Amino acid sequence: MTQTPGTAPEVAATLADASAAAAEPRSPRSWWRLIVLLFGALVFLFPFYYMIIGSLQKHADTSLSGALPQPGNISLHNYGQINAALSLGKALINSGIFTGGVLLATVVFGVLAGYALAQLRFRGRGLLFAVMLLLLTVPFQLLIIPLYVLIVRNYGLGDSYLGMIAPFAINSTAVFIFRQFFLQVPKELFDAARIDGAGELRVLTRIGLPLVRPALLTAMLLTFIGPWNEFLWPFLITKKQSLQPLAVALANYISTVAGVAANPYGAILAGAVVLAVPAVALFIVFQRHFVSANIGSAVKG
Amino acid sequence: MTGITSPRPKFSPPEEEPRPSPRQSRAQRIARTALGRHPIGIVFGAPYALFIAVLFAYPLGLAVWISFHSYFFAAPGVSVPRPFVGLANYEAVLADPAVRQAFVNVLIFLVINVPLTVMVSLLLATALNAAIPFRAFFRTSFYVPYVTASVAVVGVWLFMFGSGGIVNNVLGPLAPTPSWLINQNWAMPSIAIYVTWKQLGFFILLYLAALQNVPKELYEAAEVDGASWWRRFRAVTVPGVRPATTLVTLLAIITGAGLFTEPYLLTAGGGPNGKSASPVLLMYQTGIEQNRPDFASALGILLVIGVFLIFGIQRLLQRRQA
Repeated sequence: MTQTPGTAPEVAATLADASAAAAEPRSPRSWWRLIVLLFGALVFLFPFYYMIIGSLQKHADTSLSGALPQPGNISLHNYGQINAALSLGKALINSGIFTGGVLLATVVFGVLAGYALAQLRFRGRGLLFAVMLLLLTVPFQLLIIPLYVLIVRNYGLGDSYLGMIAPFAINSTAVFIFRQFFLQVPKELFDAARIDGAGELRVLTRIGLPLVRPALLTAMLLTFIGPWNEFLWPFLITKKQSLQPLAVALANYISTVAGVAANPYGAILAGAVVLAVPAVALFIVFQRHFVSANIGSAVKG
Repeated sequence: MTGITSPRPKFSPPEEEPRPSPRQSRAQRIARTALGRHPIGIVFGAPYALFIAVLFAYPLGLAVWISFHSYFFAAPGVSVPRPFVGLANYEAVLADPAVRQAFVNVLIFLVINVPLTVMVSLLLATALNAAIPFRAFFRTSFYVPYVTASVAVVGVWLFMFGSGGIVNNVLGPLAPTPSWLINQNWAMPSIAIYVTWKQLGFFILLYLAALQNVPKELYEAAEVDGASWWRRFRAVTVPGVRPATTLVTLLAIITGAGLFTEPYLLTAGGGPNGKSASPVLLMYQTGIEQNRPDFASALGILLVIGVFLIFGIQRLLQRRQA
């Protein structure tokens, strides 16, 4: 956020955050806030702490003292178990290809569409916007049957990365966020570049993109968790284990193999840690880009 | 997710078509009327439009078509008759007790999820909306569940809420028998609470954004008038964030209509006795597992209509208020 100060959306974001901090000055009564927030953080974080502890337990220990690390009961054994059952490396690569494909298509085509919807006047713009809003309201899950018929039966794309990526290829929420941020850029900036003779693609990449970089990151983060965490669709279309993303492989392990393993929870939790870490790490590293101001300006619309 | 209110761009004044300059040729003017002032916009928007047409509009149409025909998956290359059956699939869906149970389950989900989400996320957002130490830490910790795969978090919930899990060990004799996720009365509420917990972080961010739009002067005026903290919260904060509350409700309905992973994994396929089955889980079980895509499509179309109806009603109410 500090790289390009002075741009409209960023100023808005920074101001919004600053005003949040100044909204109610620190008062003697602020102790209740801390208690509420601490309790909240405990409720939100304990399962994750417990996930890690459980994944390290040699023997599942569900007693209260088991919630603390017991030196005698700690090993990385479970990670070996789940790796042997799922081949974590392959599953992570599949998750990466699935997510990467969606991110790439969303950035390239989503930015183009968001820019066009916000700054260009063309025939069909109103219709495209209306259909996008419609798409945002229909849960994707309700279309699984026709999508399955089309992609697996008609196009033979079952057990393929393309079939996995296709229904998610362009994230409509991201398109919406791009549009909202491009709307906030004063038109005159683009017009000036056009008068200077820049082509529309150049206007977008040289003027538009640098100005909306925070939105780009927010939208990318939101897009990332879609395919990385998605279970239903890749579960439907991948029968071969060698093509399954980690979420699907782990879910199959939970619902089938777990019953016969010696310490099923240890192995499940080890897999869960591996699945959770990339997403959580990304959001911690980029947490400054996932603040309410960015989400808010996308939602205010 | 945000198509509820009409967009209000901040910096774009109403557009005026500039007068065509005399130097412009006739052909250029005709092209402008036919394609708009920036015809390149059609090229920029085309990939997304194509995506919508092929992977949203066409499947939606196909679902309608399948739902009016007798349709099943045959071996590849075998052509089978798919006769038109009118509303027979819809009648079968509406007469199915499992479907009714699933709709009751969604209702239970909403009754628990919506008030709980609104209350807790507004409380935490209000607490977060100040200069407090470790603000970034709190904000981040609240949305960790939201960004984590449900499959991963389900693993630890199964571990915690199983019969011999840590929750029951702490509760001792207070623990329900059979345990939470295999208990007829607790299975669906458990899913509702799980989903509420998991998505709360996103709604806290929404409320945090909404709180910033509540004019500070209102708080100051209320304080001058001697209003208590609770009174200020009721009279200033709650009405001030009403648009966000509407959004929370609508997103909860979308979530409830699309619930799948949780009943599939957390309660082992909507158990016990379908008491935690969701409509989408039924679509998967009937459409894919039992090879009745016609039935499942009819169920899906009914859900799409239901979601549209709710959104339509909501828009109407909003317009009447305005």
